[in-house]
Amino acid sequence: MESQKHVVIVYPHPDDESFGAAGSIYQFRKQGIPVTYLCGTLGEMGRNMGTPPFANRETLPKIREKELQEACEFLDIDYRLLGYRDKTIEFENKEKVATHVKTILEEIKPTLVITHYPEHGVHPDHNALGEATIEAVRLMDPDDRPTIWASAITKDFEKVLGEPDVIIPVKDQFDFKLEAILKHKSQAEGMLKKMQNMPDEMKVYIDGLKERLGKERFFIWNFESN
Amino acid sequence: MEAIRKDIVQEQLNSFKNKRVYIHLETTNGAYASHFGNQGVNVGAYIRNAQITFTEAVIKGDVGYRVGLKTELGWLYAEGLTDWELYNQNQLLLAGHDADGRLMVALQISETPFQ
Repeated sequence: MESQKHVVIVYPHPDDESFGAAGSIYQFRKQGIPVTYLCGTLGEMGRNMGTPPFANRETLPKIREKELQEACEFLDIDYRLLGYRDKTIEFENKEKVATHVKTILEEIKPTLVITHYPEHGVHPDHNALGEATIEAVRLMDPDDRPTIWASAITKDFEKVLGEPDVIIPVKDQFDFKLEAILKHKSQAEGMLKKMQNMPDEMKVYIDGLKERLGKERFFIWNFESN
Repeated sequence: MEAIRKDIVQEQLNSFKNKRVYIHLETTNGAYASHFGNQGVNVGAYIRNAQITFTEAVIKGDVGYRVGLKTELGWLYAEGLTDWELYNQNQLLLAGHDADGRLMVALQISETPFQ
């Protein structure tokens, strides 16, 4: 972790960075390592519109971009938008997306890239952008390739893939991570309501959340064996 | 958005009749339905900026409203609509939200393409 010069995170949705890597980001930034988030879409297909609705299909992307901006300010990282549409990345030409990502990686020259583990991302955008990002790195000169940390979130990933190579405990930064997630208010509103309305159940809920989000686990991608 | 009032929405629908319009139509149970919700498979359909012309447009039902549009050669309908909004002055947005405010279905009509 200490040896990194620049970390690039490639996930498809505003909030993936906070749910998936806020604790890791905290530790990188504490060491002064720059982090850039390449955000694939604006989460245009998000379903949480609020009660009463605070968003509609047309305003949601603008709201989520603003939340992304606030989350990235809080996390102290840069972000760039890749400009795809939520739920459609898997239907794009994979080579084109890979070339797009590669161009940006060649400009930023990260030593580490974090993305989703293909087929273990649950959401089709996670899988597709993970695949394209790994392809982008594969297309690079082997000497210039950054390390890839791939995050798997399927229920059975440990059975299929074994123990993750990198385990970042985020227990100490859990509040930080929670705050980053809550910057994505449109996505976290349901969670917020649970916390406000059910103080008795809140402890149980937070404990469950700590269990689920309390560790950030990654597989180091191996081009030889994959 | 606001709770649908049938008379107002019917008037809005009428204003788009016999015009070449852009349609956004979607329904979904969410990208994580099978992961978190144990709802079997994820189900959804999505079409954005399809161009149609409809000659009939009717809103029916209560609580979850139905809207049907009759085109020259076929039909288009959406079911479970709860809320409406006139967006950007010329885009009619209709959506159905569940009790937690999650979008289940959307039907939108506009004379200009959706962004």
